Amino acid sequence: MFADFDLVMEKLATKNLWDFPGGVHPHGYKTLSNTSPIANVSLPEKLYIPVKQHIGVDSELIVNVGDYVKAGQALTQSHSPFAVPIHASSSGKVVDISNHVAAHASGLSEKTVVIELDGLDAQYELHPLLDYTKYEKTDIVEAICQAGISGMGGAGFPTHLKSNSNKPVEFLIINGVECEPYISADDRLMREHAWQIRQGIDVLVHLLAPKQVIIAVEDNKPDALETMSIACQQQENYQVVSIPTKYPAGGEKQLIQVLTSREVPSNGLPIDVGCLMYNVGTCFAIADAIIEGKPLTKRVVTLTGKALNKPQNVWALIGTPVSHLLKHAEYSPTEQTYPRIIMGGPMMGFTLSSVQVPVVKTTNCLLSPSEGELPNIEDERACIRCSACADACPVSLLPQQMFWYSKAKEYETAEEYNLFDCIECGACAYVCPSEIPLVHYYRIAKSEISQQKIEKEKAEKAKIRFETRNDRLLKEKKAREEKHRLAAEARQQAMKSDTNAKDKIAAALARAKAKKAAQHADADTSVVPADTKVDDKKAKIAAAIARASAKKAAAAKKTTQNTSENAPTSTNVNAETPEVKAKNNESESAEDKKKAKIAAAIARAKAKKAKAKETKNNDE
Amino acid sequence: MSKLSVASSPHHHNGRDTGAVMRIVMLACIPGMLAQVWFFGYGVLIQALICISAAVLAEIAIVELRKKNTERIIKDYSAALAGLLLAISIPPLAPWWIAVIGSVFAIVIVKQLYGGLGYNMFNPAMAAYVMLLISFPVQMTSWLPPTTLTEQSFSLWDAIHTIFTGYTSNGYSVEQLRAGVDGITMATPLDHMKTELLQGFTVQEAITADIFNGSNGIGWTQVAIAYLIGGVVLIKAKVINWHIPISMIIGALITASILYMIDSSLFGSPWLHLINGSLIMGAFFIATDPVSAATTNKGRIIFGALIGIWIILIRAWGNYPDAVAFAVILMNMAVPLIDYYTKPRTYGHKVKK
Repeated sequence: MFADFDLVMEKLATKNLWDFPGGVHPHGYKTLSNTSPIANVSLPEKLYIPVKQHIGVDSELIVNVGDYVKAGQALTQSHSPFAVPIHASSSGKVVDISNHVAAHASGLSEKTVVIELDGLDAQYELHPLLDYTKYEKTDIVEAICQAGISGMGGAGFPTHLKSNSNKPVEFLIINGVECEPYISADDRLMREHAWQIRQGIDVLVHLLAPKQVIIAVEDNKPDALETMSIACQQQENYQVVSIPTKYPAGGEKQLIQVLTSREVPSNGLPIDVGCLMYNVGTCFAIADAIIEGKPLTKRVVTLTGKALNKPQNVWALIGTPVSHLLKHAEYSPTEQTYPRIIMGGPMMGFTLSSVQVPVVKTTNCLLSPSEGELPNIEDERACIRCSACADACPVSLLPQQMFWYSKAKEYETAEEYNLFDCIECGACAYVCPSEIPLVHYYRIAKSEISQQKIEKEKAEKAKIRFETRNDRLLKEKKAREEKHRLAAEARQQAMKSDTNAKDKIAAALARAKAKKAAQHADADTSVVPADTKVDDKKAKIAAAIARASAKKAAAAKKTTQNTSENAPTSTNVNAETPEVKAKNNESESAEDKKKAKIAAAIARAKAKKAKAKETKNNDE
Repeated sequence: MSKLSVASSPHHHNGRDTGAVMRIVMLACIPGMLAQVWFFGYGVLIQALICISAAVLAEIAIVELRKKNTERIIKDYSAALAGLLLAISIPPLAPWWIAVIGSVFAIVIVKQLYGGLGYNMFNPAMAAYVMLLISFPVQMTSWLPPTTLTEQSFSLWDAIHTIFTGYTSNGYSVEQLRAGVDGITMATPLDHMKTELLQGFTVQEAITADIFNGSNGIGWTQVAIAYLIGGVVLIKAKVINWHIPISMIIGALITASILYMIDSSLFGSPWLHLINGSLIMGAFFIATDPVSAATTNKGRIIFGALIGIWIILIRAWGNYPDAVAFAVILMNMAVPLIDYYTKPRTYGHKVKK
């Protein structure tokens, strides 16, 4: 589907590049700031260094209030691969670690280390890897990480993560396009420090071993093109390419498309199409870190806009408050309806709510327009469906439909229109005749969708928890019911065996009575054995009668006695009775003894059986 | 330091707002209107004045009723443009109340009652034109022959007089003005052809009339070319995209060619269809109305091509000699469907099956 390596090389050789759809051509205003060399700024009184400067996770502070820090000394450390440390940009005392207004569109505060500078700019010891080819690659990557380098062109992705790719790199693309109007920081950097940028590229080439290096510069920067070409002329597989000026040609996805015709898959990374991209500023910082051992503590910032008397590019220490830089460039606004200071360019930058905001690693420009220089903030008109936005969109979205659904909060449909592929370049809103802040609507929609997703996940988890709990409770309830049922059955069983036992007991008692009666008879007529027989018979009858009455009694008892908790015990007690009785009658005549013994044995056996049954039921 | 304003990016704008877009379209109408004045008299200018005034006044009234920001809405020039497009579509000497009714209908009913600019489903000027054509067929078909062919010449004052009273200052009626040197009332080239065909004549016989020069209607051809120039200006100025006009013209030409190949005596040649009637004006100025047209480039090609096809089909078998308004209105209804099925492939996405 995409052009292979050879075709791309052929195209590059013939300078016949591809194009991306849409795009706009705003006036550059680059000459406001790019005519003088990058200047140094006096040290501010205090530096405000936010702990988090990039996409990724927070790091752990390793300094305390009151500590003295030197320029280049790390202030944070982290074992997470997604974190890079921050460094003191100059020497002084840490006077505060608290929340300070951050360099973010929200204007919210973030944890910031405040350093009161002593003006000496004492340097922390440096650890250069001058002869870096002799080091392990992991050491170089670690050094890049420890130098606190994150992407200096855009989002601020930690550079060492990118540089640690195992996938083959066909094209290492160095982005010197700088397509946003007004900004000339990369332009000046390339013109003045092309050699060091080359050194940075060399380090990357050593790490990544790309087949080809492309240094892309927009054709509105002829001087930068020339210096970069000179700096790279000895390297065979480095090519400096002039690309047509069109916004947003410097966007990562767009530049890859222009140079290679390849498209980074949605939700994918440039490496998926064999490309890796670094900003020229990042390359400069890498050279600083590896060759000099210096961490990232300063960067070029374009100070521009007609509200500045001396627009220019400056080396700004990370953490310098914007007010200090504005003073340096002689900020002198006239009466303005909408006074604005924009961090970044006019297309993708954000307005600052305070001039106390510090410069961070991604700050490439401070734009202070004069009255009428940039359009005023107006109410939007109705969309006339002209689709100028769609014509301008570099990623072939339908901004107007996305706007429609975002505004109506029909977020699912908005997502169907690939809302999340929007790169927020602002080309759509730039051309919108109804002056609709389209990107603003997309941002709101995106954040609300993300929020909804988080909440949905939460709800999903809560639902699972709730259902699991319900299941568990239901199971427990069923188990309880089953237990109750079995217990009831056991009781019924016990009741049945109870009747039998009582039967036996009554029989035993009757027998015992009969024996006693027999004894009596024995004593009276000991010489008349014939009588004994009769007596015996009588006793048997008596026993039978007694048994019958006992049975009747038991039956009666069974009907009345519903809660027969005591049944087992009573059975036992009654079952024991015949034994005791039988023992008491040991001194009886041999015949009687024998009979009694047998009766006792039978009674015992029956009692045992009853007992066994009882325990069995109980066990169940 | 004064309090800083906070706004969402981008902070930059190309400076072309809705009003500017509408004004450019109005300016691009000038060549065509000049040609109309040259060949058909000053009527079109008077109509433009009446229509624009009526449309803007109607817009003010209804926007006030809807309690909107009147000044901002009037400054988008959409009402004025709708009025102008209606004015160049109706016969130049149509009575003043035709222009007023049409303009008010376009603004109040077709546009504002649907929610105002951006929400109307139909092209206001064309919906008004269709309403007028159906309601007042006599007035709406009383086209003048080109001034080179008329017996009576008439001045600007005559035009004003006729539009407001029905008679010129000399007392001639529109009917009389329409008479050629031979005293026979003349119609538009397409109208004439339709009538002749219905009476059993062939196309070749029909185009022998005075109003034709070969298959080119006199006056109409030049007006069409003048609007073509204006249309090219619009494309150059990036006010409209080429997709709708080009596909519409190609759609019409192909359909006309097929019919012409089937029976050249019953169906006019593609060239005849192209150069007579309002096909070209419609292609660049009417069908491209952003609000009611398709919005994706692929969709625009379908939208335009189908309008072109409809125009020729209606001209061939319908009761009306010209058909741009009907075709546009018909396709306006299909726009949501077309848009839905012609979404472009987004960067980094595979082609959807």
